[in-house]
Amino acid sequence: MEHYHMNLTLKVWRQKNSQASGNFDTHSVKNISSEMSFLEMFDVLNEQLIESGKEPIAFDHDCREGICGACSMYIDGQPHGPWQKNTTCQLHMRAFKDGDTIVVEPWRSKAFPVIKDLVVDRGAFDRIIQAGGYISVNTGNAVDANALPIDKKKADDAFDAASCIGCGACVATCKNGSAMLFVSAKVSQLALLPQGEPERQSRVLNMVAQMDKEGFGNCTNTYACEAECPKGISVANIARMNREYLGASLGSED
Amino acid sequence: MALDSKIPAGEMKEKWNDYKGHVKLVNPANKRKLEVIVIGTGLAGASAAAALGEMGYQVKAFCFQDSPRRAHSIAAQGGINAAKNYQNDGDSVFRLFYDTVKGGDYRAREGNVHRLAEVSAAIIDQCVAQGVPFAREYGGLLSNRSFGGTQVQRTFYAAGQTGQQLLLGAYSALERQVALGNVTMYSRHEMLDVVMIDGKARGIIARDLVNGKLERHFGHAVLLCSGGYGNVFYLSTNAMGSNVTAAWKAHKKGAFFGNPCFTQIHPTCIPVSGDHQSKLTLMSESLRNDGRIWVPKQANDSRKATDIPEEERDYYLERRYPAFGNLVPRDVASRAAKERCDAGFGVGTTKMAVYLDFADAIKRYGKIEAGKSGNHSPAEADVIAMGKKVVAEKYGNLFEMYEKITGENPYELPMRIYPAVHYTMGGLWVDYELQTTVPGLYALGEANFSDHGANRLGASALMQGLADGYFVIPYTLGNYLADEIRTAAINTDHPAFADAEKAVNDRINQLMNIKGNESVESFHKRLGKIMWDKCGMARNAQGLTQAIAEIQRLKKEFWSNVKIPGDKNEMNTELDKAGRVADFIELGELMCIDALNRNESCGGHFREESQTEDGEAKRDDDNYSYVAAWEYKGDSSWELNKEPLEFEIVKPTQRSYK
Amino acid sequence: MTWKQLFTSSLGKKFTMAFTGFFLILFLIVHVTINACIFLNDGGQTYNTVAHFMSHNWIVRFLEIGLFAGLILHIIQGLVLWKQNRDARPIKYYSNKPEKNSTWYSRSMGLLGTLLLLFLVMHLSHFYVGTKVALYGGDQPHNLYNEMRETFSYWWIVAAYIIGVIALFWHLMHGFQSAFQSLGLNHKRYRPIIQAAGLGYTVIICVLFILMPLAFYFNWLA
Repeated sequence: MEHYHMNLTLKVWRQKNSQASGNFDTHSVKNISSEMSFLEMFDVLNEQLIESGKEPIAFDHDCREGICGACSMYIDGQPHGPWQKNTTCQLHMRAFKDGDTIVVEPWRSKAFPVIKDLVVDRGAFDRIIQAGGYISVNTGNAVDANALPIDKKKADDAFDAASCIGCGACVATCKNGSAMLFVSAKVSQLALLPQGEPERQSRVLNMVAQMDKEGFGNCTNTYACEAECPKGISVANIARMNREYLGASLGSED
Repeated sequence: MALDSKIPAGEMKEKWNDYKGHVKLVNPANKRKLEVIVIGTGLAGASAAAALGEMGYQVKAFCFQDSPRRAHSIAAQGGINAAKNYQNDGDSVFRLFYDTVKGGDYRAREGNVHRLAEVSAAIIDQCVAQGVPFAREYGGLLSNRSFGGTQVQRTFYAAGQTGQQLLLGAYSALERQVALGNVTMYSRHEMLDVVMIDGKARGIIARDLVNGKLERHFGHAVLLCSGGYGNVFYLSTNAMGSNVTAAWKAHKKGAFFGNPCFTQIHPTCIPVSGDHQSKLTLMSESLRNDGRIWVPKQANDSRKATDIPEEERDYYLERRYPAFGNLVPRDVASRAAKERCDAGFGVGTTKMAVYLDFADAIKRYGKIEAGKSGNHSPAEADVIAMGKKVVAEKYGNLFEMYEKITGENPYELPMRIYPAVHYTMGGLWVDYELQTTVPGLYALGEANFSDHGANRLGASALMQGLADGYFVIPYTLGNYLADEIRTAAINTDHPAFADAEKAVNDRINQLMNIKGNESVESFHKRLGKIMWDKCGMARNAQGLTQAIAEIQRLKKEFWSNVKIPGDKNEMNTELDKAGRVADFIELGELMCIDALNRNESCGGHFREESQTEDGEAKRDDDNYSYVAAWEYKGDSSWELNKEPLEFEIVKPTQRSYK
Repeated sequence: MTWKQLFTSSLGKKFTMAFTGFFLILFLIVHVTINACIFLNDGGQTYNTVAHFMSHNWIVRFLEIGLFAGLILHIIQGLVLWKQNRDARPIKYYSNKPEKNSTWYSRSMGLLGTLLLLFLVMHLSHFYVGTKVALYGGDQPHNLYNEMRETFSYWWIVAAYIIGVIALFWHLMHGFQSAFQSLGLNHKRYRPIIQAAGLGYTVIICVLFILMPLAFYFNWLA
C-alpha cells in the first residue's frame, strides 16, 4: 500500500449545547498521513485547536475498532463516510486525497438531539430496548445450554441480526429518519431463537410502540439503511419485523 | 495491616458450596430498602446491576459512555471459557481451575479461581437463555474452539464478536431491570469519588458529563466494575475512554491496590504505523488456532513475505514450544515475538512485527471441503478458493478489520502483528467476597486483581466478568448487606457528602486554573512512552528507578503546565481526559514501584534480572509468592502489604509449554 | 391489529399503504386489459362493450367504491407519512449523498405520487366524468372509444399522459416490491422472483398504457 500525505479543509458543525444554534467552522489540517484513521486526523485537528486556545471539537468515540458504536459522524454526505460496511473510527485517510474539502455533520434526527458539536443523544435506542428488547430470564433460571438445539441457519441469522452496534447510522441516513433497521435487528434476533418465543408478540408490539413514541420517521423501503449499516444488517430483518407485527397485532386480544 | 482473604475453610471443591450454604441472607422486603451503586456497565457491571435488580435491590448504575451497551467488554473478540466438556475431550472444573492457576504463573488465589471454574458452566447456560447467539454446529448444539494455554476445546464464541454478544445479553438484562424500575441508569456520568461515612463506603460523587454538574448519590454499598487501566501506556487495545479513575479514587480512600504491575501484553495486535497512532487494535487470539507465526530465518530480510521460501522461514513458536506451538500463553508468545524483533528478524517497514500466516490453514480447510464434496484430487486454485471461504466464515470480520486498517489483504499476504498492552491482571485488592479493604466497597471484573495471577489466559476475562456479576456478587453482597438492613438511606446533605463534593470541585477548579501550555494528550503520550519503554514487556531495576523519577517530574509538570480549554460547567472532553490522565500518572508511579519490588519474572511481568538460560521467565517462589497489596499513604507514598499465596492443590513448578 | 394501530402506528401505516397499493396494482391489471381491447382494431366495438359492462354491472360498481376508498386511503396515508417523515429530521444535512445508498425513485414516492394525483384529476375529468354523465344522463350508449380518439388528438394531452405514465412507471418500480417488503414478504429465494415480476408488471402495464394515446394520435388504429 502506497503511503502519502495530504492537506485538507474541514467544514465541521459546531454547536455549544443542545439549546444553542450551531454553525459550520472551517479548519485546515496539514500533512495528514494516509495511514491515519479519520478520528486520528480529528485528534490532530483538536490538538491544533487547543494549541491556538480554542475549544476542541466534541465527538463521540470509544473503542476505535468499529464495535462499540459510539462514533457517529456524517462525513461528506454519508454516515461514517465514503466506505461501505464501516464505522467512522475505521475509516482511514487513504479514502481521501490531497486538497479535499470534507464536510462533517452530526447525525440529524428529531429523536437524536445534538448535545454538543458532533455529539448526539441516542438514548431513544436504549428506551426502545427497555420496551422489550430482551428475554425475561432471571439469573440462575437457565437450563443447560445444550438442552435446546437450535437450527444452525436460524442461529446464524440471529447472530447476523445481533451484530448491530446501535450506532444509529441507519436513522442518520434514512431520508425519513426511521429506526426500523435497528428495531428490526433486535426483534429478529429474538424472534429467530426459541428462547425468544414466549414474549415474541408483546415484544414486537411494545418495541414498535416505543419507536413511534420517540419521533422516528416511517420506513419507505429505500434500503439506504442496509447500504450504510457498518455491520451490513439486512432489510430482510425489517420484513421479518413487519411479519411479526402483523401476526402479533392481528392475534392480539386488546 | 493483615489482609484477610476470607477463603472459606474446607476442601477446595466444597468451599463455594459451603459458603453459599452458610452465607447471610437478606429477605425480599429488606432488599427493596437497600440501595446499591454500580460503577461501569461492562460485563461485570451490567451483569451485577441486572442480577441485583432482579433480586429486588434498588440499583443505580453509572457509565461514562452514552449508553451502557458501549462498555469496552463489547470489543472482546475471541470467546469465553467454560468447563462444559461438550467436546468430550477431558475438560472438567478441575482442569479449567488448573489451567488458569498455571496460566497465571502461580500468582492467583486458588480459592477464587476454583470458584470461577465452578460457575463457568452456568454462565453459558444463562447467556444462551438470554438469546446470546453463540456459534453452533449443524446439529444445533454449541460449537467450541481452543485457545492459548490449554489443550482442550472449551471456548464458546460468536464469530469474532463474542464480547459484543455477551455484553448485549447483559445489557438487555440490565435494560429490562431499568424498565421494571429496579435499576436507574446514569449514562454520561463519571464517578469522581467514594463517600465514606464511619469507615464504610456510603456513596459516590459523580459528574454529569453533559452539563458538568456534580451529583451526590447514596448507596448502602458501592460496586466498582470500571475495568482495567491499560491506557496508562497510552497505546493499548483498550477503548479511548477506559480509565483507572474510579478505582484510583477508591484506592486513595483506602482500598488497597493489588499487583499493579501485572499487565498483559497481547501477542497478536496490528503494529504501530506512526506517531499519529491513538490506539492499537487486537487481532483475536483465536487466529493462532489456524494461523502460523513466523519470521524470516535471515535477519533484515526485506523480501516480500510471499517471496520467502518455506525453508527460509522460522516458525519460532513451533520451534521453541513443540507441545503448544502457536498456542502458547500470551505472555510467552509476546516475549518470543519481541525477542525475534529485537534480534533483527522483524518484518514490515518498522521491523517491529512478525507474520501471522493463514496460507497453510487455507490449504488445509480447502482440502477438507474438497474431500467433503467427494473431490479427492482437487486443483490447487479450487482448494485455495474453498479454503478462503472456510477461513472467511471463521474469521471474516477480523480479516476485514485488518484490511481496513492496513490496506493489505490478509487472504493473500500474511498479517503483520506485534504485541500490545491488552489487559491488566492487577487491580483493587479484594477478598473472596470481592470486597476491597474498604467495607461496603467491592470490585468486580477487570477492576479487581483476583483471578488471573500474573497472566490471564485467553477467553477468561469474559468468564470472570460475568462470573463476578451474575453468580458471585449476588451471594457475597448479601453477606454484607444483611447487617445493613437497619441503616436507613443516608441523606446526601450529610457533611461527608458535602466534603467529598467540595474536594472533587476543588480539584476540578485546580485543573481548570492551571491554564498551561501543554495539552492533556501530550502528557498522556509522554507517560505512555515512559511506561512502555521501562515498565513494558521487559523490565529492570535501573529502568524502573529512572521511570519513577521521570513520572514524578511529569506529574509536577502536568499540574503546572496542562492546558484545558473550555468551561467546567459544560461538556468538556478535555477536562474529562485531564482528570483521568492525572490519575494514570499516579498509577504509573505505583506500577513501577510494584514492578521494582517484584524482583522475579512471572507471567506478563518479566524482570530481565530473573530469567532462565534459554530466556524464559524465572519465578522466585521463596520470596515473591504473595499478592502485593499497596496501601495509599499520601502523595507518592505507599506501604506494601503482603497476602501470602498458599497452594493446596496446584503445586507451583516452572511453567513449561515445550 | 386494533383499528387505531392500523392507522396510527408506523407499521400500520406501512400496511395500509401496501394493502391499498396491492389493490391498485390489481386494478391496473383490469384497467389495462380492458383498455387493450382497443388494439383489437375492430373500431372499438369490443372495447365499448366491455366498458359498458364495467360501468353497468353492480358488482363492479360496488368494487369501484372500494377502489376509490383504497385510493383515497393510499393518498391520505401517503401525505401523513410524508409529513411525519419530514418532521423526523427538522434540520437537514448540509451535504448529503443519498445517491450512494438508494435509488432516486425509492426516495421520491411522494413526488411521483403527487404527479400521479394531478394526472388522475385530469384523467378522471377526461373519461370518468363522461362515463358517469352517460350512465345517469341519457339512454344513448356511451362511445368511450370515440371519446378516447377525440381526447388523444391533441398533442399536449398525449404529452401529459406520457408524463403521467412515466410517473406511474417509477412509482410502480419501487411500489411493487416495496409492498411485498412492507407486508413482510421478503424471502431470499422468492425475492428475485418478486423483483422480476415487479419489473415485468411495471414495464408491460406502462408500455401498454403509453401506446394508447400514441396509437390514437398517430392513427395506428382503424
